[in-house]
Amino acid sequence: MSEDQRRFFRGFGVPFSQMFKRVTTEQYPEDKRPTQPRYHGRHQLNRYADGLEKCIGCELCAWACPADAIYVEGADNTEVERFSPGERYGRVYQINYLRCVFCGLCIEACPTRALTMTNEYELADDTRAALIYEKHDLLGPMLTGMAAPPHAMVPGTTDTDYYLGNITHAVATQVGEAEARRLGTWTGPRDDEEVTA
Amino acid sequence: MTITTPGVSPVTVTSGITLSVDGVDITVPKGTLVIRAAEQLGVEIPRFCDHPLLAPVAACRMCLVEIEGQPKPQPACAVTVAEGMKVRTQVTSELAEQAQQGVMEFLLINHPLDCPVCDKGGECPLQNQALSHGRAESRFTGVKRTFPKPINVSAQILLDRERCVSCARCTRFADEIAGDPFIDLLERGAKQQVGTSSDQPFDSYFSGNTVQICPVGALTSAKYRFRSRPFDLISTPTVCEHCASGCGLRTDVRRSTVLRRLAWDEPAVNEEWNCDKGRFAFGYAAEGRLTHPMVRDESGELVVASWPEAMSIAAAGLRRAGSRTAVLTGGRLTLEDAYSYSKFARSVLGTDDVDFRSRPSSAEEIEFLAALVAGKPVGPTYAELESAPVVVLAGLDAEDESPMVFLRLRKGARLTGVKVFTVAPFASAGVAKVNGRVLTAVPGAEAAVLDSLADEVSGARDENRLEAARLLREPGAVLLVGERLAQSPGALSAAARVAKATGAALGWVPRRAGERGALDAGAIAGLLPGGRPITSDAARREAAAVWGVDPASLPGSPGRDLGAVVAAVNADTKAIAAAAKPSDVVRSVQALLIGGVEANDLADPAAFVAALDAVPFLVSLEQRHSEVTARADVVLPVAAVAEKAGTFLDWEGRPREFAQVFREALTLSDSRVLAMLAAELDASFGRGDIASVRGELASFGSWHGDRAQAPGHAPPEAPSVGSDEVVLATWRQLLDRGLLQEGDPFLGATARAGVARISAARATLLAVATGEAVTISTATGSITLPALVTTMPDDVVWLPANSDGSNPRVTLGAGHGDIVRISGGVV
Repeated sequence: MSEDQRRFFRGFGVPFSQMFKRVTTEQYPEDKRPTQPRYHGRHQLNRYADGLEKCIGCELCAWACPADAIYVEGADNTEVERFSPGERYGRVYQINYLRCVFCGLCIEACPTRALTMTNEYELADDTRAALIYEKHDLLGPMLTGMAAPPHAMVPGTTDTDYYLGNITHAVATQVGEAEARRLGTWTGPRDDEEVTA
Repeated sequence: MTITTPGVSPVTVTSGITLSVDGVDITVPKGTLVIRAAEQLGVEIPRFCDHPLLAPVAACRMCLVEIEGQPKPQPACAVTVAEGMKVRTQVTSELAEQAQQGVMEFLLINHPLDCPVCDKGGECPLQNQALSHGRAESRFTGVKRTFPKPINVSAQILLDRERCVSCARCTRFADEIAGDPFIDLLERGAKQQVGTSSDQPFDSYFSGNTVQICPVGALTSAKYRFRSRPFDLISTPTVCEHCASGCGLRTDVRRSTVLRRLAWDEPAVNEEWNCDKGRFAFGYAAEGRLTHPMVRDESGELVVASWPEAMSIAAAGLRRAGSRTAVLTGGRLTLEDAYSYSKFARSVLGTDDVDFRSRPSSAEEIEFLAALVAGKPVGPTYAELESAPVVVLAGLDAEDESPMVFLRLRKGARLTGVKVFTVAPFASAGVAKVNGRVLTAVPGAEAAVLDSLADEVSGARDENRLEAARLLREPGAVLLVGERLAQSPGALSAAARVAKATGAALGWVPRRAGERGALDAGAIAGLLPGGRPITSDAARREAAAVWGVDPASLPGSPGRDLGAVVAAVNADTKAIAAAAKPSDVVRSVQALLIGGVEANDLADPAAFVAALDAVPFLVSLEQRHSEVTARADVVLPVAAVAEKAGTFLDWEGRPREFAQVFREALTLSDSRVLAMLAAELDASFGRGDIASVRGELASFGSWHGDRAQAPGHAPPEAPSVGSDEVVLATWRQLLDRGLLQEGDPFLGATARAGVARISAARATLLAVATGEAVTISTATGSITLPALVTTMPDDVVWLPANSDGSNPRVTLGAGHGDIVRISGGVV
């Protein structure tokens, strides 16, 4: 064998040896594999166990964001409509996934653990508007024991009780209020404009 | 005490004192506080309670420094410098650093971890200094003191008591600066808290300043609470459009919405303060605005039109009317916009029927302004008010009508002994707060009182008048006249006589921000820009040269003012109705060009509205729908203050330029719209942009030619008042039902309740006590308000103007100085 021929077969040795190794190609999207548990995926706005939102609209996430991807407007919780324990809630909450770099500084900044990241990574879309996620896109699901806000806090508790995890589920009055508001039969304090709407 | 105004040396300067701060020698005037001396060296000592415009109190203890020879650390904000003093701050002294860290730890013991929900977060001195001068870890692990929160100290101001560090800035401000000590520190120790009396909320005109100077987030405003974070805001330095005080403001914008306004540091004008109207009343520009030009269609309905269509219709109408057009502008225009109206009227339309005074006014006032105010250099100034031996106010309630004048008078009265006299029927709350004394004048009789001051010996009978007359002759004395004096015949003439006889500086303090600018821009019959009389050939030549027109084309004789224009329109209407052949009667006013006039501001709203209905062609440049736009043939939307750059001349005559807040605004200023209109009329006018208008104004320069003589009208005879009749005194309070205060319910809720002020003798006669109803009536209507027994002449009643439940101009058809009937109870 000449020197040239030896080189020829040595070159083919690399692909030949690969034929017997484990294949690492993933057959996405037919075959979806779980990510690492701490993978930085889509954000989620969490709820307390009775359904009230954890977000207080403080904008610390927006402040921490290096890509200016988060927009928040705070507002007052009122007797008429309560979305979170305490005085303040996030009325507007947007994350622009065209800007987000998934660094996770926002969830580190969040003082109430309202904002966390899920492992959801399928965030492709074909319009700009669809990639700006609104608050209702980001809010976590209603789990068993939760009642959909707006509704009052658990009677006799403070926002500190919520923060310390003393609230375990929505009580009957909260469930009743949420249901009555859904059916339009709520007789407690309510926003008059909402009635006409 | 030392008054340290930024940029101005302290008033107690007698000699220099040399001390060393951190080993560096510095010489400062005697009486300087150690903290200021350190500032001059660039050493920043942390502080909360210290404020350069408030008296030292050493309440927060944050500024502790080591002073050689003193056994314990001393508060730098309360110790004045001494010769040879050796100060060591936290920069070089471990003792000072430890003391400051200790104080910070104490302050934080009961301070809640509210930063994420606190409005101050991000611009908080406590947050910043806890990082720069505090310990990283707290050793406090107990339960923090809490209070129910927040509580309203007024409708607008909210208080979170647990955030308070008891620095007493707010209470000192309310007590020292505003003179409204409605908030105070209550309780002691850990329970110490700011509070109000249960029956007296913190309804001060200046309450918003306490929110701004609070070094923590304890005081917040209902208007801004939870609205934004400092890093969201784009800030622009602006000037307040609400009155002629000319306050510098900072306007903060988020996403094309004004979210708040703060008082800006302007030592020569508003120092670091402003009033609540300037701070909170900005919602009017956000809602209910006109967005498109509108024209009348065949059926008489106003319909939206394109700019070119509206312009061509407006131009056609104005071309038909020509010099028979009258131009009426409100008092809220910027100098540049007022100038454009002035120029448009003279050079494009060829009319001198121009008037900016959309309020009760008089011909005497024009003479007064032409002779003594228009185009004059700056002065008297705020600084002169502060150091004057005496300030006499005539027809001016400073607290209600020019709050910064009031604050300066109060500062002068408190610190430098300025004596204040007011020619008024009674001592209002604002007069009492400047230790003012009343030179009692029944409305209409102001001229007689002023004349008695001109003549030191014979006229001045009572003690106050004698003293005022004597002090007015001292150098630096100031006489301030308000716009209300125009409603009192002869009073402005008398004011001019007093100023001439005594040598006192004369200042004219209008209520609206644009009036002084409009006057200097010549938006008034008889005056060209810079106070040039239109009757002067030289003045017309100068104006024609700047405007690039033939001097002969400019009107050469003074035109009519607003009242005369309205009267002429209504007289022609009558003549047409009476004429056998109506087409024979030619109207002397064929068209009106109106920019920002509100019917209810005028002396006779009904006559004005009748004129609007009757005039053949009406063009309205407006921001929002009004009685004028409802009757206009063409409505052209114009920019609000935040959407354009401009200048206001404050009452001193000081130009207060401001920049455009909304740089992306698509609305056009009045000047731009007038320039487009002029182009449609094929007239040479210029582009009307801010730079070219300012350039034209600058090329006018000042006027050195002849001026009109000061008016010399004699006061009329006092009218006879029947037994059940009284003379009406009335003016607008700071917070009223003005259109620019719409859209802010929290501010409106802090307005003063309407009362009818009557004398004790009148109350006895009517058998009413304070709080019981009295009814004031004319043939037109009646107003019933609770009585407030006041020390005042028996034949006078005072009602607030344009307030909830009291608008004498509209309801009674009567104004300041008119005679009305009075009776007890509800009629």
